[in-house]
Amino acid sequence: MAQVSLRKLVKEYEGGVQAVKGIDLDIEDEEFVVLVGPSGCGKSTTLRMIAGLEEITSGEIAIGGDVVNDIPPRDRDIAMVFQNYALYPHMSVYDNISFGLKLRGFTREEIKRRVDNAARILGIGELLERKPKALSGGQRQRVAMGRAIVRDPKVFLFDEPLSNLDAKLRVQMRTEIKQVHQTVRTTTVYVTHDQVEAMTLADRVVVMNHGVIEQVGPPNELYRNPATIFVAGFIGSPAMNMIPARLEQAGGGGLMVQLGEGLSVPVPEERTARYAPHANRDLLFGIRPEHLTEATRIDKQNLAPLTVKLDVIEPMGMETLVHFHIDGTSVCGRVDPAAGAEAGVRMALAAHMEHMHLIDKGSGKVL
Amino acid sequence: MAPDGSAKAITQPVARGPRGRSPGVSSLERLARRRSSIAFLMTLPLILVIAGLVAYPAAWAIYLSTLNRRMRANIGFDNYLILLESESFRMIIWQSCFFAITAVLLKALIGFWLAHMLHHIPTRGQRKWRGMLLIPWVIPPALSTLGWWWMFDPSYSSINWIINVFGFPSVPWLGQPWWARISVIMVNVWYGAPFFMIMYLAALKSVPEQLYEAASIDGATSWQRLRFITLPMMQNIISITVLFSLIVTFANYDIVRVLTNGGPRDTTHLFATYAFQVGILSGNLPRGAAVSLFMLPILAVAAFFILRGVTRRTKEIA
Repeated sequence: MAQVSLRKLVKEYEGGVQAVKGIDLDIEDEEFVVLVGPSGCGKSTTLRMIAGLEEITSGEIAIGGDVVNDIPPRDRDIAMVFQNYALYPHMSVYDNISFGLKLRGFTREEIKRRVDNAARILGIGELLERKPKALSGGQRQRVAMGRAIVRDPKVFLFDEPLSNLDAKLRVQMRTEIKQVHQTVRTTTVYVTHDQVEAMTLADRVVVMNHGVIEQVGPPNELYRNPATIFVAGFIGSPAMNMIPARLEQAGGGGLMVQLGEGLSVPVPEERTARYAPHANRDLLFGIRPEHLTEATRIDKQNLAPLTVKLDVIEPMGMETLVHFHIDGTSVCGRVDPAAGAEAGVRMALAAHMEHMHLIDKGSGKVL
Repeated sequence: MAPDGSAKAITQPVARGPRGRSPGVSSLERLARRRSSIAFLMTLPLILVIAGLVAYPAAWAIYLSTLNRRMRANIGFDNYLILLESESFRMIIWQSCFFAITAVLLKALIGFWLAHMLHHIPTRGQRKWRGMLLIPWVIPPALSTLGWWWMFDPSYSSINWIINVFGFPSVPWLGQPWWARISVIMVNVWYGAPFFMIMYLAALKSVPEQLYEAASIDGATSWQRLRFITLPMMQNIISITVLFSLIVTFANYDIVRVLTNGGPRDTTHLFATYAFQVGILSGNLPRGAAVSLFMLPILAVAAFFILRGVTRRTKEIA
């Protein structure tokens, strides 16, 4: 087991396209880190550089304290699970799992012991004689994980391992991956474009965009305190509402967020000092759907009333999503199913202002 | 073609015709409408072609091989027995097997090596190399063999000229049995290796890159990747290409005919050229037919085992 550290890591392809633009990242021993971002953000390239499948243009990768820049994949002591599993179709499950051990000269008894152990952890004991063709998607996924586990490597690398599975199986395998990590405690780097996967699996989430790291942190920290407009919009589903707004001085030294159409909401007192330097500027007002609720919940401080005409309602069972417009911007709120939301009808909502964000339009930074 | 699609396509015009004439459907029409009849009708052209060009000549050849020289009396398997007793024919069996196996093996090895080299050339440069390397295979072998024949010529051999430049004595390419055999094999390999190359190249391209990546993470060296990933993944293509080439090489006629005409002293004859000599040139058609039919059991056995392996692997992997 080992730490992984990336220093000023750059990947430039022929023609000068930079896929990864000098990222720094330290992954602790036994940590589960998820790299998440849209396609083309450089997350997979980063993972493949850690694996040694992609050459590093500049910078440094260290695994367990040793710089591995010029070390081939087979000597890095890593294991990788690929998106399409990359199982050897001509080998049985047993041979697939034991291939790496066989190449490394383990004894037959040791190989059997390790394969049986991995098969027990993953519940694939009865599949060992089968060929990959005779396995379902979830079983193939388990075999691919078995291949990684038996090697007992320093680091596990996962490259979007769940994207080929159907939605239900994906949730199930997600739990299993987490369980496996809790059992074997191997340092893990996991790449996905699915923010839910990132949130549920990670000890720390690394949000990437356009080849740079936007923010690193524990899932809840990212959710509550996104650092940039990208993270704010990427993490969370439905996404955070971003409404063009103007921060204005109010009487008594307070601040107001002017949302247009004479609609304005007060900034909580504890935030006035933080936002005061940005007064009288055009900003983006960010608030998550669950912080726009029905007004009957007004029993706390920092709730700002907001009466709007609902365009569309989406009952989800445990909650109802309501969609409406503020000054031409589509906004989503989450109300109680019993709150009586109806399309085309005006409804009194409340904004939970202690969860508000103000975003600088120019820099994209959350203020 | 999908049976569904073909059935629909045929049913409509058949159904249109006699509907107006009789209220009931005639038995002929019912027969024509049956799916199995339609399938049979659609494959009929192929059946006729196979019957006319494969089954009939094969049956005729077998029948012919049981006749005497004047083709008046049936002498059973005597032609075969006479051939087996003849020392020169036993040598030809041996020669044919040696020629086919050596040539196919060399073609397979060289083709694999060329395919590997090509596979690692970037796509842009690959096309022109691929094109150039395919040239031997697209020239009619009778013509290109004439070129080789000239290069092997005892008096004007360009190959010997080059050998002499390096201080070695001339080689009697087509004059001595073993050199002649080697020459025939060389030309056949030169002609056939590009076919292996192009088949193997296609096979190499079909191996998913991620298998190699997974293998190198699993700890495989490049040799181990070749042995445990590339070769097993290519096994079906290798088998089918070898089988196909074995059939064509066994039945080779033109190269030997042009280069050595079976000489010196019949030491480069193959089944096909010997069958031609016995059957056409010496006028013993029944025995010539018997010679050519000797290939059949040998190839049938090879085809059976190779195709069985292919079917098994296809079921397991594809």
